[in-house]
Amino acid sequence: MTMKTRKSSWIIYIAASMVLALAALPNLEKSIAAGPPTVDVKIDNFSFTPATLTVKAGTQITWTNGDDIPHTVVSDDQAFKSKVLDTDEKFTFTASKAGTYSYFCSIHPKMTGKVVVE
Amino acid sequence: MPQQNNRDAILFDHNHDGIDRRGFLKCMAWAGTGALCVLEGGVLKSYGLEDPAHIAKAAKGELSFVQISDSHMGFNKPANSDVIATLKAAVAKINALPLSPEFILHTGDISHLSKPSEFDTVDQILQSAPTKNVFFVPGEHDVLEDNGKQYLERYGKNTKGAGWYSFEQKGVHLIGLVNVMNLKAGGMGSLGAEQLEWLEDDVRHLSKSTPVIVFAHMPLWNIYPEWGWGTDDSAQALSYLKRFGSVTVLNGHIHQTMQKVEGNVTFHTACSTAFPQPRPGAASSPGPMKVPAEQLRGLLGVTDVNYVRKHHALALIDSTLE
Repeated sequence: MTMKTRKSSWIIYIAASMVLALAALPNLEKSIAAGPPTVDVKIDNFSFTPATLTVKAGTQITWTNGDDIPHTVVSDDQAFKSKVLDTDEKFTFTASKAGTYSYFCSIHPKMTGKVVVE
Repeated sequence: MPQQNNRDAILFDHNHDGIDRRGFLKCMAWAGTGALCVLEGGVLKSYGLEDPAHIAKAAKGELSFVQISDSHMGFNKPANSDVIATLKAAVAKINALPLSPEFILHTGDISHLSKPSEFDTVDQILQSAPTKNVFFVPGEHDVLEDNGKQYLERYGKNTKGAGWYSFEQKGVHLIGLVNVMNLKAGGMGSLGAEQLEWLEDDVRHLSKSTPVIVFAHMPLWNIYPEWGWGTDDSAQALSYLKRFGSVTVLNGHIHQTMQKVEGNVTFHTACSTAFPQPRPGAASSPGPMKVPAEQLRGLLGVTDVNYVRKHHALALIDSTLE
């Protein structure tokens, strides 16, 4: 690595950190002020990660499909039901009522998960 | 693609207990592509495509049709960014057959996302096929969002329930089943009570010597339950077909050829025309398998089915798009 590229890497690093810090600020403010807590569930390799999720009531849960195949997120009792999520599409559900919600992908029913709302 | 012994003869008990476990396991081996399988009086023989004498015999069948599957129109991910081209190649393959097929079976996943434009594109490409008689069953990708309403409007005229039906061709009874609706959490494909009842009634009047061909999207035998590759209530459906001397089950869904003989039933899955999927358990999930571009067409294909009444034989020839 030459001195020049090392130097420019540092500049990029510092610049990126500043951008990230700036970008994070409003979010931080929002979550302190009014925003609900958020949790992410990843859909990858035909499975939900984490498969079991325990959250406080009022938490916003967002599923993101990382597969090349569409999936859905449907609770057994239909308390929540996403549309078909193609690659990178998201579905958000706010868990307002305490309880245990088992859910699955209605296209690939072997894919199952659980949300426990306390 | 794993290799198989192209001259392996699989013997099984055709008339006594109906199930031969040794034959079952042997048949679990991959059929591979480019193999010709002939079922004759209880012996299934497979030959490589380089054996012209047997191919010629199979091609003289009284009923000849082609199965295509899983065209996934609209799919545009790295595993195949041009599913239009590969479906066109499949149609070209059908046009090049020495014997023009009487009809085409499409065993589902016509579209990738159930979009009208995706169905339109497939319909348009199939216009260049040598026959306009195309019979469909839906895959789970064809009934997204609307519970199969659009599918039924397009392809399900004169069908029952979610789109199941039967018809006769030259003495062969063909049955199209739907096993992609109302899937239950943790389960696999499902036929449901109403369809099972219909099936039992549909075959009741047939004589046991009638050859029966059943086609559905998801496998009607449990290939790999861990990936949902099977149908929860298929055993009940098959129990209604036990008394028939010759039953052939044609499925799609798993994007690879696989074959099994159990008693009087020959099971066969077809390749996709869009993208390959991994062998059971060979990857962390059944998602699309990315292969080097020059290998893709060798893993996609069509299945040519020939029924020869005189020899009581049914031949399945898988050929790739290469």
